[in-house]
Amino acid sequence: MAKSIDVSDLNIYYGDFLAVEGVNISIKARAVTALIGPSGCGKSTFLRSLNRMHEVIPGARAEGKVMVDGQDLYASDVDPVAVRRQIGMVFQRPNPFPTMSIYENVLAGKRLNAKKLKKSEADDLVEKSLRGANLWTEVKDRLGKPGMGLSGGQQQRLCIARAIAVEPEVLLMDEPCSALDPISTAAIEDLIHDLKSDYTIVIVTHNMQQAARVSDDTGFFNLRATGEPGQLVEFNPTKKMFTNPDNESTESYISGRFG
Amino acid sequence: MSVTDPETDLQPIGSTSRAGDTIFRGLATASAVVIVLALAGVAAFLLAQGLPALDGAGARSYGYDNIWVYTGPLLFGTLLASVIAMIVATPLAIGVALIISHYAPRRFAKGLGWLIDLLAAIPSVIFGMWGIEFVARNMVPVYNWLNDYLGFIPLFAGPVPTSGRTMMTAGLVLGVMALPIITAICREIFAQTPVMHQEAALALGATRWEMIRLAVFPYASSGMVSAILLGLGRALGETMAVALVLSPSIVVSFNLLTAESGSSSSTIAANIALNFGNASGSKVDALIFTGLVLFVITFAVNFLGRWVAARAVKKG
Ligand SMILES: Nc1ncnc2c1ncn2[C@@H]1O[C@H](COP(=O)(O)OP(=O)(O)OP(=O)(O)O)[C@@H](O)[C@H]1O
Ligand SMILES: [Mg+2]
Repeated sequence: MAKSIDVSDLNIYYGDFLAVEGVNISIKARAVTALIGPSGCGKSTFLRSLNRMHEVIPGARAEGKVMVDGQDLYASDVDPVAVRRQIGMVFQRPNPFPTMSIYENVLAGKRLNAKKLKKSEADDLVEKSLRGANLWTEVKDRLGKPGMGLSGGQQQRLCIARAIAVEPEVLLMDEPCSALDPISTAAIEDLIHDLKSDYTIVIVTHNMQQAARVSDDTGFFNLRATGEPGQLVEFNPTKKMFTNPDNESTESYISGRFG
Repeated sequence: MSVTDPETDLQPIGSTSRAGDTIFRGLATASAVVIVLALAGVAAFLLAQGLPALDGAGARSYGYDNIWVYTGPLLFGTLLASVIAMIVATPLAIGVALIISHYAPRRFAKGLGWLIDLLAAIPSVIFGMWGIEFVARNMVPVYNWLNDYLGFIPLFAGPVPTSGRTMMTAGLVLGVMALPIITAICREIFAQTPVMHQEAALALGATRWEMIRLAVFPYASSGMVSAILLGLGRALGETMAVALVLSPSIVVSFNLLTAESGSSSSTIAANIALNFGNASGSKVDALIFTGLVLFVITFAVNFLGRWVAARAVKKG
């Protein structure tokens, strides 16, 4: 199910402003790829271009090639809506639908695809997705309660459950733990580790330790100077990035000398 | 104020701004008092003049057995016209508001919003004339069609007058008049839907319309209800447009497409406008009583609308 992603010569613009320039990267299936780099270097922008979420921002566009298991994501006959059903996304701030129960939140995406879901199928899917997101035992007795009534960390795992309920091939996560406490963060990191066996995961993080703990490969984005577009400076296996990076700026960023 | 002394030179800045505060506070308090007094005055007037009609018969209730026989059909007509107006205006207003907030390119959306706002600035007499001259005439073929094919439903029974001046026309004109307020409020709330929830829906693979159903409508629902109620408040009280389109009658009739006397309803506001000039003595009281009924209803609807809106703000 999980798919690999090959990006070549990707430029991303907001109107006339070139935000990210010349990205070449190969993201492996069934692996966690972490993206790190200083604020404003285009990590979120790049991540959004992987499921065409940047297109919802007026004026945003991408040039270049993104191949998902050999299929061109930007081919003219590809529907961005279909892309997003295959490539899910989890955001920085937990965003469960406020008027929906926990149960309905999990099913929200599935209800868009499936015409009519039988009660038993729906129940099974909710349980499976919540188990998949390590949230089942905590919420199984209050599935009918509003999703907003959960703690921040639980809400974020609910959002992950909602994303995996549509059975995507790739899961994109933009700083999924930055609004969470250390215990919730650990729960999500464990979850990412478990999800790796089924999904291709790309995660943006500002937390070096987190990148080192959860990822197999790491990409370092940087700006050559302020006002210049962001670039992928180095992309290597995480172990190498954190012990013996090829690029000098990678080393100084990781060791905390700037950024 | 002397400007020569450097000591007092600084003084005026502080004191004028404090004086400004005082003046402003005074003005604000005064306007609040005036508004409350005006409202109380209107209510008192309606009660004092209208209530005596309650136990009157004959001339005191315009020649009817009692005042309710007179007021009831008018009240019915008022509600009927307003309901037609809401049925027409609500989907249109929500659609236009969505186009402005979520579908149209920004520049086009701005122009469209501005155009709709302009509708609200048109005096209601103009709407009335437009109703007679344009809507009524041009709707006649539609009415005939409805009558031919759906005439078996009492709502659409004939005969259709060639003038087209029917309850349906009145409702349509009222709908157009209520459109701007509903659109403006809906557009405002739709645009405030948190981006976070819209992106949540889109990232799940929702189309734009699905995103609107998942994120925008749930967020905006109580605001939409309050917008509709405020629009209804406008439609209920509207006088001129209806007075110009409908002739006065005291009949309860669901008949939307005829103008036959005895088989089409009129509204309170139109009835007052058309009869007040010729009325005298106790007939005036009877008319004022119908006004009191209208006042209570519009007040209640507006109040309900604001209450829903206020509750939504607290909740969200
Ligand atoms: N909606 C937008 N419209 C215009 N420019 C934008 C928009 N979003 C981001 N940018 C610009 O694109 C560049 C990259 O932003 P992006 O949000 O991708 O950075 P980031 O690496 O995710 O930063 P952070 O770590 O702070 O989240 C920045 O210069 C930013 O100002
Ligand atoms: Mg970001």
